[in-house]
Amino acid sequence: MGTVTAPAAQPVREARRRRVPSRARGLGLNLVALLLGIGLWALLAGLGVQGLPGPVRVAHRAAEVLGDGTLEGDALASLRRVLLGFALGTALAVPAGFLMGWYGVARGLLEPWVQFFRTIPPLAIIPLAIVVLGIGETPKILVIALGAFLSCVISTFQGVIGVDPTLVNAARVLGAGDRVIFTRVVVPASTPFIVVGMRIGLGSAWATLVAAELIAAQQGLGFRMQQAQVYYDLPTIFVGLITIGVLGLLMDRLLLLAERRLGGWQDRR
Amino acid sequence: MNGTRPDGARTGKAAPPDAAKIEFRAVGKVYPAAGGGTAVTALGGVDLGIADEEFVTVVGPSGCGKSTLLGVAAGLVPPTSGEVLVDGRPVTGPGPERGVIFQQYALFPWLTVRGNVEFGLKVAGVPRRERRARAEHFIGLVGLGDFADAHPRTLSGGMRQRCALARAYAAEPRILLMDEPFGALDALTRVRMQDRLLDIWGRERRTVLFITHDVDEAVYLGGRVVVMASPGRVQEVVDVGLPRPRTEEVRLSPEFAEIRNRIWHAVYHQEGNTT
Repeated sequence: MGTVTAPAAQPVREARRRRVPSRARGLGLNLVALLLGIGLWALLAGLGVQGLPGPVRVAHRAAEVLGDGTLEGDALASLRRVLLGFALGTALAVPAGFLMGWYGVARGLLEPWVQFFRTIPPLAIIPLAIVVLGIGETPKILVIALGAFLSCVISTFQGVIGVDPTLVNAARVLGAGDRVIFTRVVVPASTPFIVVGMRIGLGSAWATLVAAELIAAQQGLGFRMQQAQVYYDLPTIFVGLITIGVLGLLMDRLLLLAERRLGGWQDRR
Repeated sequence: MNGTRPDGARTGKAAPPDAAKIEFRAVGKVYPAAGGGTAVTALGGVDLGIADEEFVTVVGPSGCGKSTLLGVAAGLVPPTSGEVLVDGRPVTGPGPERGVIFQQYALFPWLTVRGNVEFGLKVAGVPRRERRARAEHFIGLVGLGDFADAHPRTLSGGMRQRCALARAYAAEPRILLMDEPFGALDALTRVRMQDRLLDIWGRERRTVLFITHDVDEAVYLGGRVVVMASPGRVQEVVDVGLPRPRTEEVRLSPEFAEIRNRIWHAVYHQEGNTT
């Protein structure tokens, strides 16, 4: 017994040893990339590329809009739309994806519509949404929800149909019925796919948001950038861009964290 | 030790059908033609009886239908003709009295070793404390005591298969159906796993149907060896007759070599062998 267990213990320790330094090194490289990017930006601005504000000017502007509360207000307005739309879209997408993957009837009924709407960019829906639903919050949130829904539903569906049939058989021979197989095998096996779908959905939610705000809004990051464009206020545009990028990145990291928690059992490169 | 007594209550070339634990009655499986191809016969009317607590191995060239045979017994593959009886009752689906070990381990990767072993017990509604105790017992039995909280991806192939064995055992089936369980392991690990399986089987007797493509493995493990030939028929059933417990001494004995050679010829020099 000892002869079998002792050498086999090796992979456990090796895997741990490999991961720790690579993560620290990855973070270091990320930081270097960030500094290089800002350096390049400063260099281009310093060389006098037309109208391009340097990092310092943009930071200055950011401090101003933070001071008078406009940035916070805009960011909150935008975040609210993204979160509501994203939550609505994924809350519908996950059950729809499961239904499509599990029941042939649901797949037959839902798939044509999903595929049809997938070919239409959510932005193209905006004019219709404004005409039908007005320029309030509803059309913006619905368009964002649609974008998030479409990217998430496909991925959930793929996750469900991709569940290893051997695992389903293994559960069946252990006495599991359909309901147990669904909750204890299909759901956990497809969770990583769902999280990936949510990350893609989040990206499309931000993309749709800015476009929605560009068309009709009184507040929001996209709206502020649109205004700044009229006044040729490049620093404000930069502040808006960076805020969107940072917020999107933070939310993505949160989902990534959730993915690690829920999908830590997966083999990773 | 009960490891020394001969396999099963009745060891014989053809156990009387009414006494068999598992009985295949003219079991046939034909996969219908798909996409303009021809229909494939995986099993062409197999008759086979396996006695209680007997260890039967099935060997044959790839594509001879041996995995299908096991799938039918497991209730995962519905036969197109004939039937399989377990304790005299026809098989209509998977059941808790039949445990299955798959070649690809089929462990749930999101569960720990313990979680995997407890899965069947949880499904059966065994209370938590008893579940723990039973899982503990079988994890110890396969020698994974130190790895109860490890996830399958951190384990070696042999350890994964031991976990799968513990999972099947924990549901307390009377029958173990093993589908080339050591097929993915290296030669040395494979030999160790064979000894470990025989050791566990000696302590916790079950009726075993063990599929393999390895003649040595079939002879070393089995009380009887069923040689299958394409398309899905039993060519020969050989009584191994070697003493138990099987040891290295048995493995290297001339008697072992003799039976091995005989089965080797039956497997690799079949009429109309196309591979």
